[in-house]
Amino acid sequence: MTAGRVVLAIAITLALAGTVQAGKRDDTLRWASNQVPESLDAYFNNVRIGVIIAHHLWDQLIYRDPKTGQYKPLLATAWKWTGPKSLELELRKGVRFHNGEAFDADDVVYTLNFVSNPANKAVTQQNVNWIEKAEKIDAHKVRILLRKPFPAALEYLAGPIPMYPNEYYAKAGPKGMSDKPVGTGPYRVTEHQPGRLVRFERNKDYFKESPRAQPTIGKLELRLIPDQNTQAAELMAKGLDWIFNVPPDQAKQLRAVRDLSVVAGETMRVVWLAMATREGTPTPVLKDIRVRKAINHAINREAMLKTVVGESARVIYTLCFPLQFGCTDEGAPRYAYDPAKAKALLAEAGHPNGLDIDLYAYRERQQTEAMIGYLRAAGIRANLRYMQYAAMRDALREGKAGFAHQTWGSFSVNDVSAMMPVFFKFQADDVNRDEKVRDLLDAGDTSVNPNVRRSAYKHALTIMAEQAYVAPLYSLPVYYAHSKELEFRPYADEIPRFWETRWK
Amino acid sequence: MLAYAAKRALLAALVALTVSLACFFLVHLSTDIAVAMAGEGARAEDIDFIRKQYGFDRPLGVQYAEWLGRAVRGDFGDSLYFRIPVAKIVWQRLPVTATLGGYAILIALGLSIPLGVLAAMRPNSWLDRLALAIAVVGQAMPSFWFALLLMLLFGVTLGWLPISGSDTQAHFVLPAIALAYYAAPAIMRLTRSGMLEVLGSDYIRTARAKGLRPMAVLFKHALRNAVIPVVALAAVQLGFMLGGSVVIETVFALNGLGYLAWEAILHNDFPMVQAIVLLIALIYIVLTFLADLANGWLDPRIRIA
Repeated sequence: MTAGRVVLAIAITLALAGTVQAGKRDDTLRWASNQVPESLDAYFNNVRIGVIIAHHLWDQLIYRDPKTGQYKPLLATAWKWTGPKSLELELRKGVRFHNGEAFDADDVVYTLNFVSNPANKAVTQQNVNWIEKAEKIDAHKVRILLRKPFPAALEYLAGPIPMYPNEYYAKAGPKGMSDKPVGTGPYRVTEHQPGRLVRFERNKDYFKESPRAQPTIGKLELRLIPDQNTQAAELMAKGLDWIFNVPPDQAKQLRAVRDLSVVAGETMRVVWLAMATREGTPTPVLKDIRVRKAINHAINREAMLKTVVGESARVIYTLCFPLQFGCTDEGAPRYAYDPAKAKALLAEAGHPNGLDIDLYAYRERQQTEAMIGYLRAAGIRANLRYMQYAAMRDALREGKAGFAHQTWGSFSVNDVSAMMPVFFKFQADDVNRDEKVRDLLDAGDTSVNPNVRRSAYKHALTIMAEQAYVAPLYSLPVYYAHSKELEFRPYADEIPRFWETRWK
Repeated sequence: MLAYAAKRALLAALVALTVSLACFFLVHLSTDIAVAMAGEGARAEDIDFIRKQYGFDRPLGVQYAEWLGRAVRGDFGDSLYFRIPVAKIVWQRLPVTATLGGYAILIALGLSIPLGVLAAMRPNSWLDRLALAIAVVGQAMPSFWFALLLMLLFGVTLGWLPISGSDTQAHFVLPAIALAYYAAPAIMRLTRSGMLEVLGSDYIRTARAKGLRPMAVLFKHALRNAVIPVVALAAVQLGFMLGGSVVIETVFALNGLGYLAWEAILHNDFPMVQAIVLLIALIYIVLTFLADLANGWLDPRIRIA
């Protein structure tokens, strides 16, 4: 427990003695983030808080219901594939942007063509680089042409690709859009002080046909508070109504405060141990499948969930988030916690006295340390090399690191194509380079037939598990703490939906 | 005095140049900036694009010369994160840090000089011990811990003062106390030792023998002399406060330079990091230079040495 946590524990004890009424006050939900959005323009922002803000200000063409996973009409009322590289969409009529501009095909065409043009330097290229161009068919119908078959297109159109007003964006540009964002979403920005706060108010004219709930809370105020302990203190002092990414030990303490609710939600971020087997790996010992299997058997995933990871997380057996399209563990071998078997496998591989290895990590150090404990019990003496993400990634890419505690959030994209190709399709982060897996992933990534895709991914995941290229561990949870006067529901994509949050 | 001032100015300029070299090269040598900027999931071609786009593929010496040339004109380039000129953000945030530093040094002086004088008046008494205890605790306690304790007491429990932000003057009270408490012990100990030395000197004895009132001896004759080195130390401490407010500003979410530095480091905003480090170093260098001049003016022996 850090010193800050000790102070917080004392604070909570004192707060228990005299809490005051929280919540509704002036119909303003005050919340905080420790991240600063680089820009409020969704295409020029790479951090989670910017994604959260974007979902409140803009609408996408398609809506994916987070409860059912089904696609529903949002700004597009219908869509159909007219070829493997051509998607046509009918657009909704009668929708207006916050500045009064009417939404139509020109907005879609301008937005998509602007952000997919690398010359405009959108920082979220990975979200838009599948788009060749967009064409206007008529005032309320567009065609999107793809660079290559990209079956996850609908998922992206339902996620990180909001629609902008063409006339305003052409004038204001990304800088103007960040200063004074204009969208069609359930909230509009009334004030933006970069690096400090963002104020929102409810869009009273939000279109009634939207599958998203109509917002009921009048105002939102986002403050940027870097320190988690300060956020917790503000929450207890009623300066804030809602915080997230609360560390598990702090969440436990905040649960004791009468006027606060603490909820845990699962996220799409999954955790695994990466084991480099490619040519020139710095850990040749990992080329032996018996060692990799031993590592898989060494970790007690269930116990880790209970002790250091937290509730709402789940154990995974293949390298993907279970709710993503194409993710399955059917037919893939599971490596149960069995230190004796791990030791036997090591001995069989020529390491009867165990082995020494460097383990690289960049976040959730407590979890890495727990893994090290389990590995040591099985005879694998892992030496922790803890560093920043970029440094660890570079070390893996350059072949200086071969064993790492990895995590990936898939940018909240509900399709395995947002994850597996990054680590198994011979890209820079692929430390295994299995041609068979690569070809299967390629088949899954380029077919528009869902059954072909599912089958290809399943086959790839099975090979990866059989070869024990990685030790899949679990998904990560996130804790939210908020005033008891709020009715809030978390979702796996880590996007708080304040448009459906209510005062009790 | 002029020769002395010129010598110190030259030294300050050399230190400033060294700092500029250090803050440029350390940032560039610590990591591959293009890779860090590209972020999670970047492909090799994305990194190459950034490298060319921002000119990171040129020799470091060329990049440094260009950066320094622009920096002396107040142009630190655009923030890689906020995408607006670095100078604009820095000038927006500087008043917050200056206000915090100003309040903190006033609190530090207001606390430490009276305590130092009291401790010197009654050496080895319980008062002196108490002052020593305050000094030791002040220097030993991490500032973030003290800051959290203040928040807990005055923000959460009593609800008297705001916990975070910089909207009103009240928002500066807790962070200024937290910052001042760290600086106060050094000033207090120097005041105490200076006062002890002065109180034992001949001219004080003479003043007392002339029948001057004890308070007049203490404040008119003793303190005025004993406090001279304290003024120089306070200038240096103010420099420390401006540069060392990263933790306090971050804990209290004050939108000053320290908080900005934290944000810049977190987001690999290298132009911003370089500008803040350079600016804080320059402020420190200027304050030290002024302290040197003040010392030289007050004590001619320093000028000759």
